[in-house]
Amino acid sequence: MTTPAHRTPESDPILGDGRSSPVASPPNGEGNPNRTSRHVTRRIAERATTEPRLVRWALIAVALGFLGAFVVLPMAAVFATALQKGISTYIDNIKDPMVLSAMKLTLIAAGIAVPLNLIFGLAASWAIAKFEFYGKQVLITFIDLPFSVSPVVSGLIYVLIFGLQGWFGPWLNEHDIKIIFAVPGIVLATIFVTFPFVARELIPLMQAQGAEEEEAALTLGASGWQTFRRVTLPNVKWGLLYGVILCNARAMGEFGAVSVVSGHIRGLTNTMTLHIEILYNEYHSVAAFAVASLLALLALVTLAIKSAVEWRVKQQLRSARQTVIEREAT
Amino acid sequence: MAKTRAWRKWSVLPGFGLSMGYTLFYLSLIVLIPLAGTFLKTATLTWAQFWAAVASPRALASYRLTFGASLVAAAVNGVFGLIVAWVLVRYKFPGRRLVDALVDLPFALPTAVAGIALTMIYSPKGWLGQYLEPLGIKVAFTPLGITLALIFIGLPFVVRTVQPVLEDLEPEVEQVAASLGANRWQTFWRVIVPTLLPALLTGFALSFARAVGEYGSVIFIAGNMPMKTEITPLLIIIKLEQYDYAGATALAVAMLVVSFAMLLVINLLQRWGTRRHVS
Repeated sequence: MTTPAHRTPESDPILGDGRSSPVASPPNGEGNPNRTSRHVTRRIAERATTEPRLVRWALIAVALGFLGAFVVLPMAAVFATALQKGISTYIDNIKDPMVLSAMKLTLIAAGIAVPLNLIFGLAASWAIAKFEFYGKQVLITFIDLPFSVSPVVSGLIYVLIFGLQGWFGPWLNEHDIKIIFAVPGIVLATIFVTFPFVARELIPLMQAQGAEEEEAALTLGASGWQTFRRVTLPNVKWGLLYGVILCNARAMGEFGAVSVVSGHIRGLTNTMTLHIEILYNEYHSVAAFAVASLLALLALVTLAIKSAVEWRVKQQLRSARQTVIEREAT
Repeated sequence: MAKTRAWRKWSVLPGFGLSMGYTLFYLSLIVLIPLAGTFLKTATLTWAQFWAAVASPRALASYRLTFGASLVAAAVNGVFGLIVAWVLVRYKFPGRRLVDALVDLPFALPTAVAGIALTMIYSPKGWLGQYLEPLGIKVAFTPLGITLALIFIGLPFVVRTVQPVLEDLEPEVEQVAASLGANRWQTFWRVIVPTLLPALLTGFALSFARAVGEYGSVIFIAGNMPMKTEITPLLIIIKLEQYDYAGATALAVAMLVVSFAMLLVINLLQRWGTRRHVS
């Protein structure tokens, strides 16, 4: 039987590899009527299961054009404007003391938010993935909540609690503790917006892996902590890294939530994104884009690591599912 | 099985109490209590005060703009996101993996950076703005510019929800359709699209939900004129800066209700999708 729907890579350069046949196409032997008719059959079948070449090229052009206009162009604009007045101006713009202190604050906020959310992610995924209990789905939905809240509202909720008009505002004021319009508020807002990142990467991965390996380790005499460190952590390390990278990118790039709680005090409560806004609004656009280019670089690095790690995460997930299938087969 | 409790199955693994306790503690401290506090804060307003803040003409104008622009942006992302996902899954071309990675850039790029970059490109003297201006198309500082920014930030959602479903699609189904005499367009429309529909709608809803709350990428390109180009999140910030905490809280609660409704819709769509996927 022929496999009419499969187009070989040789016959078509742009067909997806997922659908190409591993068998090389037979050479188009002109003297062989059987082969020619098979070739014709294949051509007819191809027409029915993929698009005409013109349509394919047009779709690729549309997709690349769309991404070019919306993704590549803004990135190019950032770097081109940042370097508009030469490399020495660029370096001066970045070495500005206000920029350096903004960088420091961004690093502090991310440096506190990411580890805290990492610990939470590990605890939540252990509880959710390794145990069966009622209300699990509700808990997962609650963990995802911060993703669906507007950044501005994410900042506002802390103003309403710790601000002067808020629940604890008067008490904090009496004791001279500043949270809103100070660093703690910025850290809190950053924690909120990056809250689900690690947990939502780990939960599905650990759920797919099940608890059998941990149970085996315990039966062999490992302590709970040893089991976690030697069995669970190595099994989820790529998913963990993936979540941490995304969490960090968002923590360093957050703008709306931080803007509400910051108070915009230069050199004190200005993160990098807030400083970009100030520079831009004061018409120092080259300086604004210089700072922006650093964050754009961070985004590119994040994407590079993410793509590198992604297939490993998928592999871990696939091997976990494979184990489940094998277990059910026996 | 002596330790069996009613609400959870017994397990040999340790650490449930610790991990669950910490999860609930941290979740309550960071997310649940602050959100509940916001809702409680509105209870200090009278109904008339709440209504005055939520239904003022300026607020209504901001809803129209925010929801209108978000809807258009999500629709554009629905169409182009499907095309991008299709091209990435089905066709092979040089640089495909790079393009695939670039789709996530709007997730990774800080919104403020995207905002100033888009403004620079589409301002009357910008890279594209200078060519659009003579044609009478004003982008920056108009609702059109806001929509463009929202398209940017919602771009990955549709692609990333449709892509895995498209990858799992069995080629046999299309072969059967073809062997039964369907042409390519019929196969696409009657076989592929219905299978993709839950994922496509989920991506649309995610993109819309994200756009409604978006702030950073929009405020630079919006122009921020009251009644005209002022989005709801910005109106909340303006109220805060005027020390109108009651007004800001009322608007925030209105937005939270919309967010939770969207979350519910998205969960239902996803459930529909997985049920389809399994069957």
